[in-house]
Amino acid sequence: MQRRRNKWVAFAAWLGIWLCLLAALALLMLVPGWILPLLLAPLVAWLAATRIGRQTWSATEVAIATIPQRLGSSSVVVVGIAGVVGVLVALLAMAAGFAATLQQSGSDDTAIVLRAGAQTELNSVLDHDTVTLVSQLPMVRHTQAGQPIASSELVVVAALPKRSTGLDANVEVRGVGERAWDLRPKLRLIAGRKFSPGLRELIVGKRALEQFAGVGIGSTLKLNGQDWRIVGEFEAGDANDSDLWGDFEVVGPAYRRGSSATSVTVRLTDASAFESFRAALATDPRIKVDVKTTRDYFNEQSAQLTKLINGLGTAIGLIMGIGAVFGALNSMYAAVAARTREIATLRAVGFRALPVIVSVMLETMLLATLGGAIGAAIAWLLFNNYTASTLGANFTQIVFAFQVTPELLWRGLKWALAIGLLGGLFPALRAARMSVTDGLREL
Amino acid sequence: MKYLQLVWAALLRRKTRTLFTLLSVVAAFLLFGLLDSVRGAFAGAGASVNGVNRLVTISKITFTMQLPKSLLERIRAVPGVADVTYANWFGGIYQDPKNFFPNEAVAPNFIDAYPEWRMSAGQRAAFRNTRTGAIVGAKLAKQFHWKIGDRIPLQGTIFPQKDGSNTWTFDLVGIYTVADPKMKAQENALLFNWDYFDEARQFGNGSVGWYVVRIADPARADAIAQQIDAISANSDHETKTQSEHAFQLAFLSQFGDIGLIVGAIMAAVFFTLILLTGNTMAQAVRERIPELAILKTIGFTSGSVLGLLLAEAILLLLLGGVAGVLIAGSVAGGLEATTGAVFPPIVGSAAVWARALGLMLLIGLVVGALPAYRGLRLRIVDALAGR
Repeated sequence: MQRRRNKWVAFAAWLGIWLCLLAALALLMLVPGWILPLLLAPLVAWLAATRIGRQTWSATEVAIATIPQRLGSSSVVVVGIAGVVGVLVALLAMAAGFAATLQQSGSDDTAIVLRAGAQTELNSVLDHDTVTLVSQLPMVRHTQAGQPIASSELVVVAALPKRSTGLDANVEVRGVGERAWDLRPKLRLIAGRKFSPGLRELIVGKRALEQFAGVGIGSTLKLNGQDWRIVGEFEAGDANDSDLWGDFEVVGPAYRRGSSATSVTVRLTDASAFESFRAALATDPRIKVDVKTTRDYFNEQSAQLTKLINGLGTAIGLIMGIGAVFGALNSMYAAVAARTREIATLRAVGFRALPVIVSVMLETMLLATLGGAIGAAIAWLLFNNYTASTLGANFTQIVFAFQVTPELLWRGLKWALAIGLLGGLFPALRAARMSVTDGLREL
Repeated sequence: MKYLQLVWAALLRRKTRTLFTLLSVVAAFLLFGLLDSVRGAFAGAGASVNGVNRLVTISKITFTMQLPKSLLERIRAVPGVADVTYANWFGGIYQDPKNFFPNEAVAPNFIDAYPEWRMSAGQRAAFRNTRTGAIVGAKLAKQFHWKIGDRIPLQGTIFPQKDGSNTWTFDLVGIYTVADPKMKAQENALLFNWDYFDEARQFGNGSVGWYVVRIADPARADAIAQQIDAISANSDHETKTQSEHAFQLAFLSQFGDIGLIVGAIMAAVFFTLILLTGNTMAQAVRERIPELAILKTIGFTSGSVLGLLLAEAILLLLLGGVAGVLIAGSVAGGLEATTGAVFPPIVGSAAVWARALGLMLLIGLVVGALPAYRGLRLRIVDALAGR
């Protein structure tokens, strides 16, 4: 009877430990990263103020002091976790950078009009009459001079060699009119001058200049058999930076597109005018178009790839993390085994089980934090602002910079702590359950 | 081989430690299996034996520009060209943009250029004779539960019909299969008749997206490609002709440097793995020094002790590694079944296995080397005395 009850007690304890562990992991994943330092405060207070806390601290001190004797297995914990956090943060930074580049391109009070069903500018064609009808709607804001802020734009594609590989990649060439500048207030020239209307001149986006060869100011580009001169460089801080811009009236004929446009972007009188703008376009029988706010348009373009990279990054991090947990378990079991006599001595001189458990946990968490910090630091040093490019919705390259945001660094640290928690708890429990007499006899 | 039991016993000496190390190795090779297959799918696209006698002719400006259909007969007249066919990217959406699959308007003889695609003669004839007919790959048909006789509506994104409507409806008349398991990914396209498409579309009539040129002698591919491009040189629709493989590589490279990303991740994974298993092996040997001394005392040579320790490390890596790649295979299979991925990983291909096994042996040797060297240099007297 007694035996059976013991079994149940053991089972209940085991279940309790697992439930606590899962709860702690869930909590760790849910809370925002900046809370972590706040959680540290009560821990420090407990360590400093209570008797048992002070016991724990001295046990931890002993554990930390012996780390140099177990450098090999301790570094497994650190490097394993650094690897997981580094890869995770780098991949998430790629997704964050791509999403930010596209999302910054959009706003709520500008709307883009495409041919019905076209989804992207590449697929869209709007004739001159449609463009005129759209621009004349009353929801479109006007300049001081009384002109509607509506920009009909023509997107065509040029193949340019990438600097990194030398392989041709598609680059967006955008034919724009005077109003394009009013629609993108962030965009400004940083070198050279604007293209002159009517001439075969282009200005190049900052990111495009970084990624593609042969587009520096002063160089000549062959597009569709004709020579174009690059006369300026611009920066907008968003997806526009991947483009080359030329005069709408010149790009169209050069690509045999006549006076047709691929899209019209308008600035609305204010964001709330969008619904009536959409309704006005939908009810006009002369035109068949789709309209979205530019924020929605660019968000949709980034959503799929961002989701994919985030999913991949998490999956890869998870698999690596499982590997790292087992590595940490191994190392911490070995650490506890190596310190058997030390721990037994502590118990013999009156230390309770809790300080021993907490001290092993603290040691693991410390190693994990170190690993997480190293991984995050490496990801930040190597990849923050690292530029890459991929195929966007228009079948052209979108150049973006990786963004290792503080939020991602916190997330990496949280993963490190979760791995430390999993890898430290069971060895800590073993340390506490160890028989004192056997432990003291251990060599 | 006769020492296998001895090596096995050494691994089972500390079961938990071996298990944990093994599981780390499984995780590392699970990742390797998945990532290497993705990398392979990108690097090896179009590198099939069937593709060597196919050239792709696109607009020199970029492949989204159209070419005039009048080039067809002029390309066919180039010496060495066996047959020419053409297609147009349609980019239609079935129900939801998330259901992406390639759909193209193709010439009547398009499918003949792809002998690796299997379809019955009856269905081939039906496709040729049905104006609104379409054929799909078996994988795609399975994904959407299509069967012959179904009407499939697609929403055009590039090409509206003459009346301005965007809905194109096709009659499913054939389902093709691809025998080569590595090329199963090609079973996800929908093809329909170019003539119907050209007649019904609102604009762009008489232009094609690209030509596929079949040549008799792959060795003359470069010369023929140059001759084809010479036809339209200095016109306003210059062409660029390249092998199918080169075309697909150039296309995929536009997505980004997949090889670099995968390589960096692998480096992080394996660096960690080497440290981790190396540490385990070092611990295992450190604990067993007296045992090793006994082995030497009863007549094992230093060389065979070295061999035993290396074998132990390699066995550990092989056990975990093989399990990892096997799991990768089933995970990839499951992913492919549920998502119908455009580039399904081809886990289980001989190349992936060869690379994985090579890595297992290499890492086994690296992590076994140091402890094994210790075993080799062991002095029996010192070891037995516990010095």
